[in-house]
Amino acid sequence: MPKDYGIGASSKRREDVRFLTGLGHYTDDHVVAGQTFAVFVRSNVAHGRIVSIDTAAAAAMPGVLAVFTGEDFKDVGGNPAGWLINSRNGEPMREPKRPVLAHGKVRHVGDAYAAVVAETYAQAKDAAQSIADATEIEELPAIIDMAQALADSTNRVHDEIPDNQCYDWGWIEDNRAAVDAAFKSAPHVTTLELVNNRLVPNAMEPRASIGEYFPGTGDYKLTTTSQNPHLTRLLVAAFVLGIPENKLTVVAPDVGGGFGSKIYHYGEEALVLAAAKKLKRAVKWTAERSESFLSDAHGRDHVTKIELACEKDGTFIAFRTETMANVGAYLSNFATVTPTFLHGTLMAGPYKVPHVYVNVKTVFTNTAPVDAYRGAGRPEATYSLERVIDIAARELGLDPFEVRRKNFITPDMFPYTTPVGLQYDIGNYQDTLAKAIELGDVAGFESRRAASAAKGKLRGLGLSTWIEACGIAPSNLVGILGARVGLYDAATVRVNATGNISVMVGAHSHGQGHETVFAQVVAEQLGVPESSIEIVHGDTSKIPFGMGSYGSRSLAVCGSAMTKAVDKIIAKGKKIAAHMLEAAEGDIVFADGKFSVTGTDKAKTFGEIAFSAYVPHNYPLETLEPGLEETAFYDPANFTYPAGAYLCEVEVDADTGKVDVCRFTCADDFGNVMNPMIVEGQVHGGVAQGIGQALLEMTSYDDNGQLLSGSYMDYAMPRSDDVPMFVVDHSCNTPCTHNPLGVKGCGEAGAIGSPPAVVNAVIDALQRGGHKNVTHIDMPLTPSRVWSAMNA
Amino acid sequence: MTKVTMTVNGKTVSAEAEGRTLLSSFLREGLGLTGTHVGCDTSQCGACVVHVDGKAVKSCTVFAQDVAGATVKTIEGMANADGSLGVIQQAFQDHHGLQCGFCTPGMVMSSAALLAENPKPSEHDVRHYLEGNICRCTGYHNIVKAVLAASGQDVAAVAAE
Amino acid sequence: MHNFDFVKPQSIADAVAALSSDGAQALSGGQTLLPTMKQRLAAPTVLVSLTGIPEMRGVCLGDDGLAIGAATPHAVVAAEARQYYPALADLAGGIGDPAVRNRGTIGGSLANNDPAACYPSAVLASGATIVTNRRKIAADDYFQGMFTTALEEGEIITGVTFPVPQKAAYVKFNQPASRFALTGVFVAKYAGGVRVAVTGASNNGVFRWHDAEAALSANFAGSAVAGLTVDPADMIGDLHGTAAYRANLVKVLTKRAVDAAH
Repeated sequence: MPKDYGIGASSKRREDVRFLTGLGHYTDDHVVAGQTFAVFVRSNVAHGRIVSIDTAAAAAMPGVLAVFTGEDFKDVGGNPAGWLINSRNGEPMREPKRPVLAHGKVRHVGDAYAAVVAETYAQAKDAAQSIADATEIEELPAIIDMAQALADSTNRVHDEIPDNQCYDWGWIEDNRAAVDAAFKSAPHVTTLELVNNRLVPNAMEPRASIGEYFPGTGDYKLTTTSQNPHLTRLLVAAFVLGIPENKLTVVAPDVGGGFGSKIYHYGEEALVLAAAKKLKRAVKWTAERSESFLSDAHGRDHVTKIELACEKDGTFIAFRTETMANVGAYLSNFATVTPTFLHGTLMAGPYKVPHVYVNVKTVFTNTAPVDAYRGAGRPEATYSLERVIDIAARELGLDPFEVRRKNFITPDMFPYTTPVGLQYDIGNYQDTLAKAIELGDVAGFESRRAASAAKGKLRGLGLSTWIEACGIAPSNLVGILGARVGLYDAATVRVNATGNISVMVGAHSHGQGHETVFAQVVAEQLGVPESSIEIVHGDTSKIPFGMGSYGSRSLAVCGSAMTKAVDKIIAKGKKIAAHMLEAAEGDIVFADGKFSVTGTDKAKTFGEIAFSAYVPHNYPLETLEPGLEETAFYDPANFTYPAGAYLCEVEVDADTGKVDVCRFTCADDFGNVMNPMIVEGQVHGGVAQGIGQALLEMTSYDDNGQLLSGSYMDYAMPRSDDVPMFVVDHSCNTPCTHNPLGVKGCGEAGAIGSPPAVVNAVIDALQRGGHKNVTHIDMPLTPSRVWSAMNA
Repeated sequence: MTKVTMTVNGKTVSAEAEGRTLLSSFLREGLGLTGTHVGCDTSQCGACVVHVDGKAVKSCTVFAQDVAGATVKTIEGMANADGSLGVIQQAFQDHHGLQCGFCTPGMVMSSAALLAENPKPSEHDVRHYLEGNICRCTGYHNIVKAVLAASGQDVAAVAAE
Repeated sequence: MHNFDFVKPQSIADAVAALSSDGAQALSGGQTLLPTMKQRLAAPTVLVSLTGIPEMRGVCLGDDGLAIGAATPHAVVAAEARQYYPALADLAGGIGDPAVRNRGTIGGSLANNDPAACYPSAVLASGATIVTNRRKIAADDYFQGMFTTALEEGEIITGVTFPVPQKAAYVKFNQPASRFALTGVFVAKYAGGVRVAVTGASNNGVFRWHDAEAALSANFAGSAVAGLTVDPADMIGDLHGTAAYRANLVKVLTKRAVDAAH
């Protein structure tokens, strides 16, 4: 029987009730008394010098309360990069200021250079149009292509950065000579040049922020669409506006998806706070979707050459990559770590390859900033590896399944140190591959292929065996590597006098279901009903300083902090019980929600202990404090390493190039699973995003830097009829060895493992269909691209 | 401004609207019914779907004045009379058909329109009908299951192909 | 969007009168016009809704063919035209998504004449007649390039009359984002010959593929178009498909439409 309670149960999500009845409370749903509305004026050219902005007419328009330009913020701070990366030559990265509003120059279409606040949204919108009409911008040539940007130092995104390069990073530089030597003597080398396509995250809730200022106390409040309210508070208060952190509360209420795009602090948040202070009224801004396309941080956008050196039998000798990574016009908060430490460190995959060297040049262009998007660096690494391995297998006439199996790190090799700086604690890649082969019915593929052929369709099978590093991250390690923050998390467990429990967590739920899952974990530990536990998140005035949710870290890091805090509660409870039961503390055992004296029937329930903690009559106050509330911070000892095997089957319509995903099978190792229903849902969503990247989602800028795919009319989101039912399994599990719950993280897996499985399947279909010259097609594999490749 | 009256979730309600006031704004700002969400500006995402005179429409692409006098149903009107979740809502919870919840109101309203037209849809019918409702979280798998379950069908039988 | 006065007349005469004022614009289902207005690409001062006029709604079979009121939503055409002209019902049932089909109208689609809209192909392939408040316009005269029609200032479409073919089919290949036609082909076989109209593909909007019509009039079989070619020079090339790709789709979809004709 599946569990119906606590860890491992598919408890239904308690948050669903409000979402299903229209009672969710997202940022734009908040109505603050006297609220006003901000609208931003955004550049319609990719690159230009601001000659003049005449705001007089706008300021005089009906309802207009204030107008802001870059001039108003030139003396405050900039939005900083969260991670310092050094170039191979030891020089620190180039780090241009990212102002609240563009000043002097505009650097991408959508770059906000002015803002209007008015009594109504419509009035603000009208005034913003007036400012746009009264602005003169001298248009400069747009810098879009990365290779050209690096080559042409006359045309600069930032005047002070001559070659538009942020850094030239080598990982690990000391490996380079050995890797080069390995390639020189290798019996076989496969080379692949590929594009990892730029994606627009497209959380369904557009970004929104409300700034409030309370003149009586000097306090500020920011209600905003954030995945990590404390980080936003730190950035906007300490780095940008110079507000003491204790005077700013940041609330991230119900948030409609993030996928990375809501990790970062954005200028709109600073603007609404500054405007609220100026006007002494609440200021609300909500993005239109077309604004989101232009101004949310995008994802991916790598151009990579990967080489694989191997023996004729497919044994890997070395990987070597050269990547250009686009950061867009400004450095978003984690833009510099995503293509480096979240990418280069994964370039050994789940394989025992002795030599790996990764080079990444990160480039400024006149496009929207690029940062972490679901998977963040790891999908790019996985895609490069899993594509080049497939091509190598084909070149050598080997079975792509067998090539991977032959090179897997074996279970007896853990802990395993890779040549790119990670130590994998545990895993079993053979098991997940075998499970995928079983559930994906690889044995039946040939008959399905024949059935497709009978319908005139080309069928193909694609595999990807992936690994990622989650649970970011050990602060000591990331500090050495240039992180400007720590990456612990925190939780406070407050047992109330009547025995119900409030758990304040640093993680933030924007779809993950923490309110349910975290309660399951605490319920299991304390032996109390899930319904007696409330998970509180998203409000810096209520929760301890935590780092929020991204990188599949919530349970592995914040969940560990929570577990530690509960352990402290139990320890305190034992002290109280010892006093109440007149026993030695060492004789108290806690089980099934009861504190008892070992070997006796003397016991106190959890509720009795809680009540006593708050009604401490007859307490030895010199040795026992009243109250039952504990906080714990947890800093992980290592990353966690989820891994798995994904199988995709496609049918290609040879006449039109259209690809249909017919079957998709996932066998994942997430370690211990707290709520299978939610874990499976996370994988479904990730896989759909990966299928979107592989087949549909094209972010296209023209040579002038205009975003051609700036709405759902041209940016193809995966729809319900683009994807099949998925087969998802997580029964192969090797629990994480270094966190208390043995969990690894599951949020990004689907988006990491799936794109290469899809592309491998399409290439397989074309190869089997006789199109032997088609060895690679860049994502997204649109019908036109597939047809063109077949008919080249 | 013009006073616009309509019947929303069984109640006759009125609020002021400009010519350009969209039905979605009228519901959210005029009536405080913020369950109806706006996720795009090109009539694509479907987060704003409500029923007007029994038909699913995208409330961000209808002027409030154009549906004056109509009967409108929103997500706030979908629960049972006793406040418990309606059949479709309950199926979405039971089958984890939602994550962040933002597309959910439109998804539930479209699903209700589907089941009114087609009480026993196939998986293909569900996927085709919901093509105008974008979800970024679920990969649609559990939404499709939820709708099939709400129609009284055995979801265990739904497998790949 | 800019503000405007909203009026909703109950008769064609009142609508025509309302449209005579400066800056007035007709609104039908609004599924294209509203997004355009949100982008401030259209800024009428008076918006005249045509959806409240009973005489402009409905589907009925008459002596001249199937008459459809201009303000009839796609969903109604999909349901009510099915018994008379199933290929037309199929087309209507594949426009946009269900919520769009409950609002968008045939008249609105034809007045806008988006080069990727579905209806123009059916109208042109059927040799339908566009009925306005002033006159009747033959399909061959009506479509004059993308977003351009024979309609004059103040003229509104009140209905469309489709001669019902012996056999017909519409095959649409979706643009993956918008779900408009990347290319769509409507084939209609009449006693007097076959008409083939293509939407989504050409820089000049919907067009008749005369070579295919000749070949299919001689031999109504998918194989009849096998030897034909479509010149990519006239085709749209964009991020969703090259001109050569669209030229290929025209041929592939024509064959499929012939094979599917019923």
